[in-house]
Amino acid sequence: MNNGKPPVLRVENCTMQFGGVVAVDNFSMEVYKDEIVALIGPNGAGKTTAFNFITGVYEPTNGRVFFEGSLMVANRPQGKMKRFYQGDANAICSDVVRKTPDQITKLGLARTFQNIRLFKGLTVFDNVLAAMHMHLNSNFFMAALKLNRGEEKRMREEAAALLAMQGLYHVKDKIASSLPYGQQRRIEIARALATKPRFLLLDEPAAGMNPQETDELAAFIKKTKEDFNLTVFLIEHHMTLVMDISDRIYVLDFGRKIAEGTPAEIQENEHVIAAYLGVEDAES
Amino acid sequence: MIRLNSKTKLILTVAALGLTMLWFYHLEQNPRANGYLIKILERSAIYAVVAVAMNLMNGFTGLFSLGQAGFMAIGAYTVGILTIPVEARPNVYYISGVAPWLEKIEIHYLAALFLGGLIAAVFAALIGVLILKLRSDYLAIATLGFAEIIRSVIASPQMDTITNGSYGLKKILRFETIYTPFILSAVCIFMMVLILRSSYGRAFLAIREDEVAAEAMGINLFTHKELSFVISSFFTGVAGGLLAMFMGSIDSGTFRVTLTYDILLIVVLGGMGSVSGSVIAAFLVTGGREYLRFFDEPLKIAGVQISLFRPGFRMVIFSALLMIVVLFYRKGIMGDTEFSWDGIANFIYRFLPTGKARRGNGGRDE
Ligand SMILES: Nc1ncnc2c1ncn2[C@@H]1O[C@H](COP(=O)(O)OP(=O)(O)OP(=O)(O)O)[C@@H](O)[C@H]1O
Ligand SMILES: [Mg+2]
Repeated sequence: MNNGKPPVLRVENCTMQFGGVVAVDNFSMEVYKDEIVALIGPNGAGKTTAFNFITGVYEPTNGRVFFEGSLMVANRPQGKMKRFYQGDANAICSDVVRKTPDQITKLGLARTFQNIRLFKGLTVFDNVLAAMHMHLNSNFFMAALKLNRGEEKRMREEAAALLAMQGLYHVKDKIASSLPYGQQRRIEIARALATKPRFLLLDEPAAGMNPQETDELAAFIKKTKEDFNLTVFLIEHHMTLVMDISDRIYVLDFGRKIAEGTPAEIQENEHVIAAYLGVEDAES
Repeated sequence: MIRLNSKTKLILTVAALGLTMLWFYHLEQNPRANGYLIKILERSAIYAVVAVAMNLMNGFTGLFSLGQAGFMAIGAYTVGILTIPVEARPNVYYISGVAPWLEKIEIHYLAALFLGGLIAAVFAALIGVLILKLRSDYLAIATLGFAEIIRSVIASPQMDTITNGSYGLKKILRFETIYTPFILSAVCIFMMVLILRSSYGRAFLAIREDEVAAEAMGINLFTHKELSFVISSFFTGVAGGLLAMFMGSIDSGTFRVTLTYDILLIVVLGGMGSVSGSVIAAFLVTGGREYLRFFDEPLKIAGVQISLFRPGFRMVIFSALLMIVVLFYRKGIMGDTEFSWDGIANFIYRFLPTGKARRGNGGRDE
């Protein structure tokens, strides 16, 4: 898959502790351009936590994250954490780089949330427009005095085109929270796309969807990836979906990486079967 | 749902504006008889500016700030100090005299209003760096504290030669015509509406709805909160300046916390997140407060003195009203929607007897 090219996203020896609780333990992984990579694992394995330190919501306790070759996030145990740190003492990172989530989004990563975080009281259209705000060229005075009509018009057209492309144009004037769950998930993806990312992180996009919506979602993700020229990294519990769309899979259990490989390899991996698939098969 | 066509709406809007103009013209013909009413309307218009500014921050950005009185004081004193006619100054500063550098500075009131807003905005920018990272309830306390500090600084003896300390300022330039305060207020509100409707306004709403998601969509929380605070304070400062010109004389007591509460009542009653709600409520509350005055006057019914009716009772009624609104009518008059002729049409239709009769009386016959 990598053809000797450097990865787009590289997570290096990352540990994330909440006080004494180790949510992610010395985790390393790579995602290469144009891949769809899945992160799976039982509940509480630390998947969302991994997303959160990649996107700047949390600072990892230790470790580095590179995006497109440059160091994006780095931290080492500091202050009180020095005492609590339970990770590998040899892997302690030397740099400290902090970026806020908005800075990371500006680098070209966009995400959705496990517990849908739309701007609930706003219309679908305004949700998308708000996500385009970061690309605004005109300064505050231009925008506030409506001297940027051209740009505002272009933003609206782009937002409309994006919604049309995602099959959501007909709900554009609905209040986001009034729509069914499955649709809200798709709107969240559309909103993430409005930031014009090169890398998309999806946290359980199929959660709360009915079987039919889930089937459609697989095609939707593949098509979106092609249309927008994206690299996709997703967390998902729904095994059929994961096996269908992923190029490679990482498996977390109790914060540790227990396996990585192609869907076929993962399905046969005995650690994974023991930790995860046995349980999950019964459900799906 | 009734939907009026755009032509009808235009006609209604023009008619409403025309009628208002006519009414003002009529009021102005006889300023002596209508003076009281004009005063109430002027004060309402000025409060509307502060209420919309407060709403911009509290209702649209979701930052609960209670510093309004402080920023109004900054604007009011700026305008006061810079517009008192030079020849009147020895008379105003008769106790400690006026600072020599200030003695001869007198500027046009529009420049003074702008400067008042600007100074308020600079203060907001400075304290915003410190306090905007606080959680909402602490933010309210911190801004409240700031307003009190401003007030005591203004009243302190060290400031005597500038603010005339606790004696306050008199002979502040008055409005030239009765239209001036209304036009200036309308301009301020119009500018805030433009801001709220721009991409920045949408960013503010995004922050109000969900900070984590807003940040994940590339909206820098600090920059935008600071921006909202600065804009809100700028217009609050300008409105403070307008208030100074309206009152003609001010002292630090004018800008007590109760002033902030008055505005808060307007914002809550009008609806958090509704500009038109704030404007309507500003007129209702300010007018209502005056007409409720009769509660403060002794009342005799059939020769019996009703002891409740005495000075201060009005405020009790008012506070009770606020509590009722908060308990039973939390969304206020407008909720977070805006005024529209469609809304009015539907409202009237609901109360039309025919509309009700056709729907029957719910089958609960007597
Ligand atoms: N903010 C936090 N403070 C303290 N502990 C946390 C926090 N966030 C997560 N944790 C803990 O970290 C561990 C991993 O949680 P995480 O949400 O990453 O799991 P997950 O793999 O996403 O699970 P799920 O499949 O249920 O979404 C859990 O034990 C959780 O309780
Ligand atoms: Mg999770």
